[in-house]
Amino acid sequence: MVIANWNSYPRIEANLWDFRAEAEALELLHKLDSCIPRGMGRSYGDCSLASHIISTPGFNRFISLDQEQGILECEAGTSLKDILRVILPLGWFLPVTPGTKYITLGGAIASDVHGKNHHIHGAFGSHVHSLRMLTPQGEVITCSREQNPEVFSAVCGGMGLVGLILSARIRLMPIHSVYIRQKTIPAGSLDQLMELFELNEDCTYSVAWMDCLSRGQNPGLFMLGEHCTAKEAPDRNLSPPERAGLSIPGHLPGWVLSRAALKAFNSLYYTRGRANAGYSFQDLESFFYPLDRVQHWNRLYGSKGFLQYQFVLPKEDSRPGLKRILDHINSFGLPPYLAVLKLLGSQKGLLSFPMRGYTLALDFPMKPGLTALLNTLDQLVHDLGGRVYLAKDARMNQNSFIRGYPENRRFLEIKHGLDPDNKMTSLQSKRLGLCAKAY
Amino acid sequence: MRKSVLILGAGSDVARALARELAQAGYDLQLAGRKVEELAKDARDLEIRFGIQSRALYFDALDLDTHQSFYEALKPRPMGVVAAFGLLGEEDLARHNQQEWLRIIHTNYTGCVSILTIAANNLEQSGEGFIVGISSVAGDRGRAANYVYGSAKAGLSAFLSGLRNRLHKRGVRVITVKPGFIKTKMTRELDLPPRLTASPEEAATDIFRAISKRKDVIYTRWIWRWIMLVIRNIPERVFKRLSI
Ligand SMILES: Cc1cc2nc3c(=O)[nH]c(=O)nc-3n(C[C@H](O)[C@H](O)[C@H](O)COP(=O)(O)OP(=O)(O)OC[C@H]3O[C@@H](n4cnc5c(N)ncnc54)[C@H](O)[C@@H]3O)c2cc1C
Ligand SMILES: NC(=O)c1ccc[n+]([C@@H]2O[C@H](COP(=O)([O-])OP(=O)(O)OC[C@H]3O[C@@H](n4cnc5c(N)ncnc54)[C@H](OP(=O)(O)O)[C@@H]3O)[C@@H](O)[C@H]2O)c1
Repeated sequence: MVIANWNSYPRIEANLWDFRAEAEALELLHKLDSCIPRGMGRSYGDCSLASHIISTPGFNRFISLDQEQGILECEAGTSLKDILRVILPLGWFLPVTPGTKYITLGGAIASDVHGKNHHIHGAFGSHVHSLRMLTPQGEVITCSREQNPEVFSAVCGGMGLVGLILSARIRLMPIHSVYIRQKTIPAGSLDQLMELFELNEDCTYSVAWMDCLSRGQNPGLFMLGEHCTAKEAPDRNLSPPERAGLSIPGHLPGWVLSRAALKAFNSLYYTRGRANAGYSFQDLESFFYPLDRVQHWNRLYGSKGFLQYQFVLPKEDSRPGLKRILDHINSFGLPPYLAVLKLLGSQKGLLSFPMRGYTLALDFPMKPGLTALLNTLDQLVHDLGGRVYLAKDARMNQNSFIRGYPENRRFLEIKHGLDPDNKMTSLQSKRLGLCAKAY
Repeated sequence: MRKSVLILGAGSDVARALARELAQAGYDLQLAGRKVEELAKDARDLEIRFGIQSRALYFDALDLDTHQSFYEALKPRPMGVVAAFGLLGEEDLARHNQQEWLRIIHTNYTGCVSILTIAANNLEQSGEGFIVGISSVAGDRGRAANYVYGSAKAGLSAFLSGLRNRLHKRGVRVITVKPGFIKTKMTRELDLPPRLTASPEEAATDIFRAISKRKDVIYTRWIWRWIMLVIRNIPERVFKRLSI
């Protein structure tokens, strides 16, 4: 079947194999010479694409839930959406969540995803107590920071390249309401946004939306959030209100239409944000998952799809670095439609993306010249000691990857031990030379 | 009192999806089948997800002698029984191999008659409840590709129809489900036409709706009702020449 991840690029012909029990997963691994796991395909690019894909969402059982301690164990295909449905009414929340709940537990670990609280709570892997993995050679192993710690550090952020994560036990975060007290501050420039991040480093959640369509100053909206105590919250409810969502019916035909629709879509969030300037109460859904309310919003970009370019720069060089990069984008005349800025904390993990510094995520529609632009950005980012997020990559070259991820050698040594025949291979891992034999 | 539903062949992909629908509606579930270890994991999942009570039980449709004691040991007695087990078998093998055609007939027909007769007698006494039998469109007309399976399902459809007729006055509902194509373990090796093929979840939603809406016979996807109407009405002298 024809298959693509969230950004609709690349689109490839592949065989999708699903499984509902461990024994079936083992059979698949025996049968396939080469394959890659795929969760809900919410990554932007080819990290979960290959000719043979092991699809995990059918493998989605809850295994145990300790309601006192807040420890949850689920099979790897369980979605964050299903997890939230169960844990919120019990007064628990995910300690780390990306900007969508339509991802799997396995995908969250394999990309070691980060949220708006990364500077305080680290990435998803930091909250994994232990996990069980099926190695490419057909063995089930348990790993954690204490047990097989080397393997553990390669699995978290390892992009599915060391084995199939079967299940994981994670620590939850207690909450007393489903509301976030949000503070929204309009900022006139990039400098102001960065100042706001640094002034508010002790706040739990922080993120900024930047306007790249209006040239020059890059005005933006800076947003802070804290969980409400039971007293502060507008009501006692522990389940967020269900809202009817919108859905984009199919890929929009004309480029012009898409462009107009996209601008409208983005400005909707800005306008709403501006209207909310100052303090407001937001339920968890609208604070963490505003985009989830429009199903299939990726279709706004048309059938050619789009690219998201997310990079991080070390903190010391972030200010001049970001300016240089934004200037370059502006002079190139291909403005991104959406730009999200965030100050990250430091992070362990062999292929994990975060490092202490600023990350910027840019959504670009597919247009002639985009490849050239992004190649130059790769150069700038890596000259500054930064890196590009693998979960958002569909095009980087091997050389850039090696510069951005200095621990890749150590990763490949561990991969070699577990997967000497390179059974776990994605289009991305081929492109980036992430195979054991090369070393 | 909490209401409990017994699902026979609970490891079927359709049954697993139906279990989630039933659990969401608040039914406790007894999951019966041969792979008890997997079913125990399903039971635990349903308990955590939906806050119901659930457990796994060993049941083999082919082991007729055990059916009576199996049913008597159920605690609590279910108010609803779903028979989801089935076997497509290998039609080619069945042409030459007695064991294979017996296995197909016994799984889809004899085993079902056996356990549902016991269930029916039991529900009849309590004067309420429902029985769901999963038959197939293959039972609506025999085709060269799978007529042993089809004939067993035809027998099952007739059995369910008679059971419905008998139990109607006693307050027990009998629902016949006739799936067309569903993408499950059973059909993994087949190349199914997407427009006519339901996901297990879609089929489960249809079955759940049939239970709540007090339907007698449903097709899933619904389009199959019309497809089978046409197929049933093709004159035999034409039909015998077709390869469909
Ligand atoms: C709207 C939106 C907002 C997002 N916001 C953020 C954000 O704020 N922060 C962030 O970090 N990311 C974010 N993402 C990216 C997303 O969280 C990651 O790409 C995530 O990995 C997707 O998970 P998935 O289940 O869809 O997996 P896929 O996209 O299918 O796969 C991702 C990777 O995980 C591997 N994988 C999946 N399951 C397993 C398994 N069981 N065992 C081993 N490997 C496995 C795959 O091989 C692949 O390498 C966002 C994405 C979207 C669409
Ligand atoms: N899929 C379709 O296209 C389709 C079409 C029409 C009708 N149907 C019917 O739909 C029902 C559900 O099937 P499915 O599609 O969900 O396929 P499935 O996933 O293969 O389920 C069939 C189940 O029947 C169980 N079973 C077989 N023999 C058994 C026995 N002797 N004792 C107990 N359990 C037994 C199997 O259990 P084990 O795991 O122990 O083997 C399996 O879980 C079946 O009655 C089938 O005939 C399916």
